[in-house]
Amino acid sequence: MALPSYASPLQRVWYYAFRVICALVFFYLMFPILVILPLSFNAEDFFTFTPEMLALDPAGFSLKHYVDFFTNPDWQLAMRNSLTIAPMATLISVSLGTLAAIGLSQTHVPFKRAMMAILISPMIVPLIISAAGMYFFFSAIGLQGTYWGVVLAHAILGIPFVIITVTATLVGFDRSLTRAAASMGAGPVKTFFKVQLPLILPGVISGALFAFITSFDEVVVVIFVGSAGQKTLPWQMFIGLREQISPTILAVASLMVALSILLLATLEILRRRNERLRGMSPG
Amino acid sequence: MSSSDTKPDMLSTHDGEPLKKSLGRALRRQKIRALLLIAPLLAFVILGFLMPIGSMLTRSIDNEVVEEIMPQTVAALESWDVDSTELPPEETFRALVADLQVAAENRTALTFARRMNYELAGFTTMVRRAQRLVRRIDLETDGPFRDMMIESHEGWGELETWRALKAYSSSPTIGYYLSAVDRTMVSGHIEPLPDDRSIHLMLFWRTAWMSGLICFLGLVLGYPIAFLLANVKERYANLLLIMVLLPFWTSLLVRTSSWKVLLQEQGVINQTLVWIGLVADDNRLTMINNKFGVIVAMTQILLPFMILPLYSVMKTIPPSYVRAAKSLGANDWTAFWRVYFPQSIPGIGAGAILVFIMAVGYYITPELVGGPSGMFISNRIAHQWYVSGNWGLVGALGTILLVAVLVLYWVYDRVVGIDNVKLG
Repeated sequence: MALPSYASPLQRVWYYAFRVICALVFFYLMFPILVILPLSFNAEDFFTFTPEMLALDPAGFSLKHYVDFFTNPDWQLAMRNSLTIAPMATLISVSLGTLAAIGLSQTHVPFKRAMMAILISPMIVPLIISAAGMYFFFSAIGLQGTYWGVVLAHAILGIPFVIITVTATLVGFDRSLTRAAASMGAGPVKTFFKVQLPLILPGVISGALFAFITSFDEVVVVIFVGSAGQKTLPWQMFIGLREQISPTILAVASLMVALSILLLATLEILRRRNERLRGMSPG
Repeated sequence: MSSSDTKPDMLSTHDGEPLKKSLGRALRRQKIRALLLIAPLLAFVILGFLMPIGSMLTRSIDNEVVEEIMPQTVAALESWDVDSTELPPEETFRALVADLQVAAENRTALTFARRMNYELAGFTTMVRRAQRLVRRIDLETDGPFRDMMIESHEGWGELETWRALKAYSSSPTIGYYLSAVDRTMVSGHIEPLPDDRSIHLMLFWRTAWMSGLICFLGLVLGYPIAFLLANVKERYANLLLIMVLLPFWTSLLVRTSSWKVLLQEQGVINQTLVWIGLVADDNRLTMINNKFGVIVAMTQILLPFMILPLYSVMKTIPPSYVRAAKSLGANDWTAFWRVYFPQSIPGIGAGAILVFIMAVGYYITPELVGGPSGMFISNRIAHQWYVSGNWGLVGALGTILLVAVLVLYWVYDRVVGIDNVKLG
């Protein structure tokens, strides 16, 4: 999209105007995320830049909000809960989801469309409706307010992402490889772990990351299905934002931004590996 | 040898079985294996998700509470005409006393009272007073009950009470759906609720138009970005894409809290505007707890969901088409509008429906930056849940919202195909 040398003045103006527009939109996308990082080092309990901060005076900065996060029992409980709920929910949705995705991408599957629609529905149904429905169900079977109740509810919410990413990877999977393994005497289980899984692993991992972030970021369902003992980080943030907004939230938010940068980097590496395996250069 | 001699056109396997049959068996086995792989997950989702939602939604028509707790009264009211200008006869009052005595014994009277109180404010007080009365009286000797009841609370002597009781005693009921669309039948006939209590239709409408606006703004802002991504060198595109994907991967709570920080009266935006001198210090802009805040925040939060489908469609549009149009004499605008834009419409459809579906069900952002005037229908559902405990109405509002979303989902499936959904 380079500007040709014969471009008219109007074209020149539009060329730069377009770039400015795009830059503004990128600013709109990124600024709210980036602004949190410096604000979280504020030495005061304010949500704006203090004059000391603007003057880059070291006295204006401090780690006190981070210290609060790591010492406050409420936040620590929330972090522990988040870190125990999300991996377990991810494990359940990835293991069941990968099996189902393999089943769904066979050539002759009856009712494929209908089953796909059912499995993707947790992503579509508004969260408040899912939360209310699951509240009654989990109360009836005695799981409301328990660790496993929240884990199962989050596993269900993560399933669509696993199904979507794994079936997408399986589209490029060469079926003759499993047949070759079978013809050489490997059983279905061995074929799966030795041949199929290593090849679709990027899809499985990115599905797992989606499932993890879905659970890690979820707040509506956990409020309904969980009780105070299962309070997660987003839940604690939600309470903090609704009642009295404490600057510790900014420190937590910054840590969560760091986590998403990490996840994004992992995904990008996986994507490049996947493209290389399929013989497409990442450019 | 023998079979191939007699039927030369029939192929068979080495042990003499017709090939067709053998293949059919293999295919069947393959299908069963595929289904077995899907079955555990399907069972999990149906049991843990679809059935719970289904049963929650049936609460929207379930009204057994009244009939169960007040069986004699409901039966006695059968013969009473809602349009009658006379109070029900003494037998009905007697039935009411009998029912309330049993209910007081079983501690169910207040469950019934709460159900009726959703429709007719003050019903709880009436039942409380009546309960105190019926505990003291004897059903056999202390008649007549009519005046005693009216004396306990004048509400029992009002026609509206009895009309409401009759109208809301049947199960299944459409009563909750009527409330969900701001209608009532306390008078025995379906009528609009008074304006000060009509809120749901307005909220449905607000949810729809604000989602539409967010969708449109997302399109206006997202289209240039997707165009840029699809038309620069792939190396740059990958770098720029990160700026779209990072917000996509960042926690919704994080982005909502940063908007809350930015938009506050003492927040960064107001501070900057005051510093530049555009806004006076004592006259800071109110950008939060209103519709403006919700639109600004939600557009930013949902923008990646617009850009990504647009980008994946635009990537497939061959640049030679636009060049061909220009070589045939089209100017830049014509080449874009007549050649490029029509080819990007599938992406617009996919992105717009996706963003709209997501926006319609939003709860967190309107709750935190919306305030009363930026509230969505989801917030009202949660409010009904927490504050009133009116689960029938939660079911009715939820069903309406769900049906709307499912229709959009169906359209999305038609336009894009659910198996073509891409993430990141």
